[in-house]
Amino acid sequence: MASSKRKMNRRTAITETARMAGAVCLGGFSLAALIHSTGKADARAMRPPGAQPEADFLSACVRCGLCVQACPYDTLSLAEWGSEPAVGTPFFTPREVPCYMCRDVPCARACPTGALDSDIAIRDADMGVAVLVGHEDCLNYKGMNCSICVRVCPIRGDAITLEPGEYNGRRIMIPTVHSRHCTGCGTCEKHCVTGHASIRVLPRDLGLGGSGRNRAGRRA
Amino acid sequence: MILRWWISDSRKLGVQAHGVLRAHKWWFLRRMTQIGLLGLFMLGPMAGIWIARGNFASSEVMGVPLSDPYILLQGVVGGAVPALSVVIGAGLILLAYLVVGGRAYCGWVCPVNIVTDAAFWLREKTGLTRDRKLDRRTRLVVLGATLLASALTGTIAWEFVNPVSLTQRAFISGIGFGWVIVLAVFLLDLFVSRRAWCSHLCPVGAFYGMIGRGSLVRVAAVRRDACTDCGACFNICPEPHVIVPALKGKASPAILSGDCQNCGGCIDACPVDVFRMSTRFAAPKTPEANS
Repeated sequence: MASSKRKMNRRTAITETARMAGAVCLGGFSLAALIHSTGKADARAMRPPGAQPEADFLSACVRCGLCVQACPYDTLSLAEWGSEPAVGTPFFTPREVPCYMCRDVPCARACPTGALDSDIAIRDADMGVAVLVGHEDCLNYKGMNCSICVRVCPIRGDAITLEPGEYNGRRIMIPTVHSRHCTGCGTCEKHCVTGHASIRVLPRDLGLGGSGRNRAGRRA
Repeated sequence: MILRWWISDSRKLGVQAHGVLRAHKWWFLRRMTQIGLLGLFMLGPMAGIWIARGNFASSEVMGVPLSDPYILLQGVVGGAVPALSVVIGAGLILLAYLVVGGRAYCGWVCPVNIVTDAAFWLREKTGLTRDRKLDRRTRLVVLGATLLASALTGTIAWEFVNPVSLTQRAFISGIGFGWVIVLAVFLLDLFVSRRAWCSHLCPVGAFYGMIGRGSLVRVAAVRRDACTDCGACFNICPEPHVIVPALKGKASPAILSGDCQNCGGCIDACPVDVFRMSTRFAAPKTPEANS
């Protein structure tokens, strides 16, 4: 009651409004700072197929978990407080459970917000790209014929192939990822036999090089 | 005796007049609704019975999309172009709360309400009544701040800390370390200020309160002539200021403030049946017409 009956002249009205606006800015900037400090999505956590780029994803996804519940393999989960991606958002960890690349993409179909593209064809999905990061430990580099990553790949023959090469004076067959076909489903990472996966799914900007000249240190 | 001790002080007069059961009628209905809704969403992931999918942020209940309009609003401010489904869902929820009362969300759905009601009960029992007064408009500032932060960061800002979302997800998918935020809300309500979170700070409540200003279902002091000034309704009410115009004013007996949660606490507590669940068009009843 007090607030509505308080005598209001123009001066106090302006001061009150300014105070409120100031408080809104204080709160807004603080919350924005907190969000910036939580950092960006972690490279170890993959988004479901059809996810928009991370910056768009974070304003589109309402954290409802419909994609999580639609996944028949329990691949996805919603981030809890303290896990790597933004709290409440869906992600998966390929080394634990990869994406099994359902033909009808039920997770993306279930998304009510458009954060996941419901029209995505699973072969066009870009969850990341597989990269052979640990060639010192990869059994194929040691001259064995492990090739498990090649054999489990759901897009075998296109996304990953064995290419003959030579290493330490030995003829070897090198598992070679072709980024144009790899969806980043993580099946290779899941099944890699080394204790810490030697082939891993990374976001494309971390996992791939790019053509053109290095601009670092040069004036535009 | 133990049962008597459990009854909150603000319900004592109602219990004396009407017995324990009737003095807890609306409280019981609310708790059943809150727990029932959480249970409905837990049935799918826990028992494989899929009546409702998703969670309180957005869901599909028997094929009908439902979405939280406040979360969607932050997303849009943050630059998202939402798909049709979530917009329809938010529209349906807006319509529903325009009927049942905006902050019916707080009293009847939100799981944090159970936490803060528990804090309030404990506060009464332990006699922690010394208060630091908060301005109840603070929640409007927080609401504005969440929208500003959403715009600045291009995210759904409040979802990074929202105890309401954390709590409902705690039951449906998992909470992680987020329980500390829920604990903080409990301690705030217990030690710092009466009804601090729900009635002063929470931007979700502030948002639904704006819808509530125009909503149909309202509690009304239809028999305000019978009021004995015992103060039971003011003691139990999470937003005591909303009662005054309806109970003591000359105009409509309906509680028209958007801050009212339609929780029915006043109906439960009143020993002389002043209040009824009614609509915003309620008319006062004269004592003879009612007897």
